Amino acid sequence: MRKTLIYAFGNPGRQDDALGNELVEAIQLWIDDNNIQGVDCDSNYQLNIEDSELISHYDKVFFVDASMASIEDVTFTKVEPSDAKVEFSMHAVSPAFVVDLCKKMYPNSPEAYLVQIKGYQWDFMEAMTEKAHLNLQKAISLVKYKLLIDYKPITIS
Amino acid sequence: MGKKITIEPVTRVEGHGKVTIHLDENNNVTQSRLHIVEFRGFERFVQGRPYWEAPVLVQRLCGICPVSHHLAAAKALDVIVGVGPKDLTPTGDKMRRLMHYGQVFQSHSLHFFHLAAADLLFGYDSDPASRNVVGVIKEFPELAVQGVMMRKFGQEIIKATAGKKVHGTGAIPGGINKNLTIEERDSFLNGPDPMNIDKMIEWSVGAVQLFKDYHAEHAEFIDNFAHFPSNHLSIVREDGALDLYDGLIRCVDSEGNIVLDKIDNQDYNKYIEEEVKDWSYMKFPYLKHLGKEKGWYRVGPLARLNTCDFIPTPLAQKEFEIYKAYTNGKPNNMCLHTHWARLIEILHCAELMKELLLDPDLQKDDLLAKGVKGNEGVGIIEAPRGTLFHHYSINEDDTIKMANLIVSTTNNNKPMNNSVNFVAKKLMNGQSEITEGMMNACEVAIRAYDPCLSCATHAMGKMPLEVKLYNHKDELIDEKMV
Repeated sequence: MRKTLIYAFGNPGRQDDALGNELVEAIQLWIDDNNIQGVDCDSNYQLNIEDSELISHYDKVFFVDASMASIEDVTFTKVEPSDAKVEFSMHAVSPAFVVDLCKKMYPNSPEAYLVQIKGYQWDFMEAMTEKAHLNLQKAISLVKYKLLIDYKPITIS
Repeated sequence: MGKKITIEPVTRVEGHGKVTIHLDENNNVTQSRLHIVEFRGFERFVQGRPYWEAPVLVQRLCGICPVSHHLAAAKALDVIVGVGPKDLTPTGDKMRRLMHYGQVFQSHSLHFFHLAAADLLFGYDSDPASRNVVGVIKEFPELAVQGVMMRKFGQEIIKATAGKKVHGTGAIPGGINKNLTIEERDSFLNGPDPMNIDKMIEWSVGAVQLFKDYHAEHAEFIDNFAHFPSNHLSIVREDGALDLYDGLIRCVDSEGNIVLDKIDNQDYNKYIEEEVKDWSYMKFPYLKHLGKEKGWYRVGPLARLNTCDFIPTPLAQKEFEIYKAYTNGKPNNMCLHTHWARLIEILHCAELMKELLLDPDLQKDDLLAKGVKGNEGVGIIEAPRGTLFHHYSINEDDTIKMANLIVSTTNNNKPMNNSVNFVAKKLMNGQSEITEGMMNACEVAIRAYDPCLSCATHAMGKMPLEVKLYNHKDELIDEKMV
């Protein structure tokens, strides 16, 4: 069975930075309710080098992140491995860098995608903005759709 | 007119910093500084929040050392709920310790294998294109994998003790909210190769040896790079042993004379003050009785191995003896020996984790102690980067009235500046051309402290970049804000 990882990164204590973490929680509930096998969910404050080992156990990975950039509400892009830019702070790395590390260090590397969800405010609060909430719903629908292409739930609720 | 060279940003350091070096008309360095530009707001942010939320709230400071803040806050709140360090239940104390050792183990592993190793393995003046983690993977793949797996092992320990990776809730005022299941314990003790504690100890021994081998070939460089005298501060166990989780404050000078000893955590502010300088948002702590000029100190692995009398685990103690013999038992003031000390601490943490994993107290259910509630408390812990102070007082309605945090990187502010100055003067004086290697040497000096700048400045938002240009008369001739 193909294995997929939904992997979010962000600080849930920084308002809309929690978008990825929230998406993972919603998708995990949906997976449990529908008894979908082969999909794991996880999240962390930021991506780190050891995530290269984590993703090496999967066939497909969806990285999920909140974005401060002026993007559409939700974007979905393929992650191409890249070591072109060694990050400013190597305490945290980008999805492209993690995929590249995985390719260099492990025999298996997944097909990887990045789901970016537009956020608006980043203060020390746990309350997300309304606009971010709307974007989150769009992103959840998108990820469910992508998963349904690969996985048929045993029961649909 | 004098020149000013700006090295910005400091790569492979968490947060954002800027180094400025002032040159005179003959290209001699007149002044160099590490600038931290950020406003402090976190201490105000926690005011008015229920005190029991603090151990979770403070993890928002940054994603690098949330566990250290989690535990330091919990220790301070233990005092507020009337539970001293010795009053915790054995399970509460040991679960927290396991969490902390996992944190130090993974943090040190990341720093050495993936941040500092490139400078050491390739040389600080080598091609910057390969002097990074990608170069390490290419040239030393086994080492890179070890670093990843050691980091992962520590993260899994944190997850098992704190409950989850993000915003862990394990430590609560007066104790802990979970124990370690037998399944969790066995996965760490007997996990498939390499994810078990015996392999972690084996790799830790190998990492210390790697540094010693490198040092044997490059002693002149390692020993003389940013070598300057300083005081060294940490907490130590009552009997003088290295203790990363709890102890009394001790400070020794560069010759090993004790200048502060057996100071209770609750009294820290009777002995330590923070100086504010107009060119940095990061404060400069110092010992009050020695004054601003002589009272600054280093914290972190180098300082800890200078303040403690011994290490209470056998393999790390053996390495400690070799390490101490190199300076004839005197304090070690060599900046790059911080890496050596850090690796000995990795080994110590691996040994401690095994000791705890074999301890049946971790499976017991007595998680919480209770005491008589007060209104003020201080928690001090030896975070990976050094001594971390959390101080809170609360209102009658149980909300936080005051919070003061002195983080490890703030404690190392003056030493980091001194290291930059030392390197700049040594390598750049009289040079007509500033090479990439010379500029990187400044960064190597800062990186030895593994600073977490966003944490040190209690970052709450974006960091503006300010560039100021001074001439040899120290007159501001240009100023830019990005």
